[in-house]
Amino acid sequence: MALAGAIFSLGFASYQLSAQQGPAGAAPSPAAAPSTIFRDYKAVTAERLKNPEPANWLQIRGGYSGWGYSELDQITPKNVTQLQLAWVFATGAANAHEAAPLVNNGVMYVSAPGNQVLAINAKTGNLLWRYRRDIPEGSILMHPVSRGVALFGDKVYFASSLAVLVALDAKTGKEIWTSTVENNKKGYYMSGAPLVADGKVIVGVSGGEWGIRGFVAAYDLETGKQVWKRFTIPAPGEPGSETWPKGDEWKTGGGPTWVSGNYDPGSNILYWGVGNAGPSMGELRPGDNLYTSSTIAINAATGGIVGYRQYEPNESFDWDEVSPPLLIDFSRAGRTVKGLIDVARNGYIFYLERTREGPIHFVGANPYVLQTVFKGVDPKTGKIEYNDDHKPRVGKTVDICPMWLGGKNWQYAAFSPKTRMIYVPTSANLCSSTTGTKPEYREGSQYTGGRNALFVAPGADHLGETQAWNVDTGQKAWSYNFPYSSNWGSLLTTASGLVFGGGTADRMFRALDASTGRLLWQMPTSSGVMGQPSTFMVDGKQYVAVMTGWGGDARGVQARLERLRPGEFPEVPEGGSIWVFTLGTGQ
Amino acid sequence: MEIHEGSDRTPAGSCKGCAERITRRRAMIQAGLGLALIPAAFAAQADSASAPPQAGDLLVRLSDKSLKFLRPDDVVLGAPPLHAWPIVQASNVARNQNRLNELLLLRLDPATLNDETRSISVDGVLAYSALCTHAGCIINDWIPSQNVLACDCHASEFDPREAGKVADGPAAHPLPPLPLKVASGNLVVAKPFAVPIRFDE
Repeated sequence: MALAGAIFSLGFASYQLSAQQGPAGAAPSPAAAPSTIFRDYKAVTAERLKNPEPANWLQIRGGYSGWGYSELDQITPKNVTQLQLAWVFATGAANAHEAAPLVNNGVMYVSAPGNQVLAINAKTGNLLWRYRRDIPEGSILMHPVSRGVALFGDKVYFASSLAVLVALDAKTGKEIWTSTVENNKKGYYMSGAPLVADGKVIVGVSGGEWGIRGFVAAYDLETGKQVWKRFTIPAPGEPGSETWPKGDEWKTGGGPTWVSGNYDPGSNILYWGVGNAGPSMGELRPGDNLYTSSTIAINAATGGIVGYRQYEPNESFDWDEVSPPLLIDFSRAGRTVKGLIDVARNGYIFYLERTREGPIHFVGANPYVLQTVFKGVDPKTGKIEYNDDHKPRVGKTVDICPMWLGGKNWQYAAFSPKTRMIYVPTSANLCSSTTGTKPEYREGSQYTGGRNALFVAPGADHLGETQAWNVDTGQKAWSYNFPYSSNWGSLLTTASGLVFGGGTADRMFRALDASTGRLLWQMPTSSGVMGQPSTFMVDGKQYVAVMTGWGGDARGVQARLERLRPGEFPEVPEGGSIWVFTLGTGQ
Repeated sequence: MEIHEGSDRTPAGSCKGCAERITRRRAMIQAGLGLALIPAAFAAQADSASAPPQAGDLLVRLSDKSLKFLRPDDVVLGAPPLHAWPIVQASNVARNQNRLNELLLLRLDPATLNDETRSISVDGVLAYSALCTHAGCIINDWIPSQNVLACDCHASEFDPREAGKVADGPAAHPLPPLPLKVASGNLVVAKPFAVPIRFDE
């Protein structure tokens, strides 16, 4: 893929045009002037990750709890209308741009399709270095996306596309080590951001459609040597294996882990989401199929699974429950619950209790979008009861709401401790007629087995939302509705009372009032915004950054909607870039 | 609860894992002739086995270790698509070391094909790339009632009667057809793919 790094002038700032491209494989850009910016580079420490300073954005969600929350308050509901573009940077790649721009002391680190990592001067938008790896023809890479990088010490960690973990020098972009996580020829690839915790760099894998056996694995930060590897599908004799048939189904049982988890440093437990089982139809693998479509609690020191919560036993809907629960302490019945809140792809919000020992307890659950698959969730135990008329089977077509992509896909919800609300990007009123088929396993081919026909729920007046739920009352506070689009964008919230996000086919990046849901500001970008917004401060000025770049499932649903209702869902322009906003002069 | 109506109308848009089945016959013959020939011979075979199908290639079933050349009668009207590799006629090297070379063959009533499609078929026998143009999954489903080839990764559908036109799903580009002819009773590749095998994703 040809990559042309170009910085161009837009808005009120003017910049020198530069096209900088390193040689394929690994390359700091030779054209980038040696920057003084790295002289002051501040190494990322365990302490900084635990207690990140508001001026920097050191992890994709800003911190281990997964809140997507910043204490920065220079940009407020009152002045947000004066947001202007500071700079834009074209990545040179198409496809979905889903990463979060990280910032450490004025340097932005962000990954992009094309198997690339960029280091950019966060204030000026000038390229500092670019790293990329080849993707040979014939590679298995169903979703060539990256959801971000991780920082530690003076290194940048990148889960590159073909299941190779890479450590780069944060100052030069040069490879320090690489570690092959798995064999791409078997269908393994990577798209999630690595997570640095407990002195290790931890990754999950994609490839659930290819008959893989998912896992989470931890690597030594300095050497890249694997420290532990924990499969999400137990082998015969291991705990949970009793939920699988006696045959070889566990070997190809899926359970990918393609979104990085959250972490509780107090208990040293990781909370990682696990995707659905394979093949697609549950009847082909009788049993609950632990730990697919679950959150697993992993001891970060040993890799041992110390707790779990399964959202769909014997899953048959394609509902990867990969987005991890947010670590939020909330009130219930007069007590404070050390909690986990999981906005599941299955259309329910689960309120859970985490423990120092690992087990995850059920507190409550409620649907947040139209949900026809569950008869109910037992209010005491959390046990799921399926509506059998809406559970897909081989040779049978049934309707399911939400659709196979869920009420919320992998995108991150956000939480503000100020408003006590979680903010949720949804696909609403989109359902599917799902027909099961029985596939045959062949290495290097997908192992799924189903067909989905999209439809809009009768009478629906909108297809997506940004929702707000009060975590202490469990009640919905507000909803900002999108008549013509799902919301495919992760959200960011700030102490000043703003919720930032894009996610819609109209290319908007917008700010809502965190308390009321009122639209305060929006600007159309060059493509649909699918990135995770972040915010940071350089030289006393607050910035908001987001990647725009439409693709993946968002594009697929748009195409299907256009076939259902021609003329209403035009193609969304594609091509990725980073957009950075700040308050205009005079602020 | 407050409900706000957003305005999100879009302005008018701009807008190998395969089995190791390289035939070793020629390499073995060459090995018998002299060791010095081996590296070059292997290199040439590896290139052939990864290169895209070319005019004059024959076809063999995906799972056929005997490498029996496919004939028009092997592709049956109404049967699910048959998966195949191109094979180099002169050297008998199957081009199976690049997953992009996987093909599917099916037979349709010639009267139902549009002119373009009929012109690249042999009595209704058609060859297409087996890889969905959306994300590179294998097209593994045939829906006879709708005459469409379907992929169970993301439900893209293609119409083989109309040169692989997208019928439904997220794919944006047609399924590339591979023109066929007959020679000595065998199905033969008449022309290479008109476009490289690429994916939307």
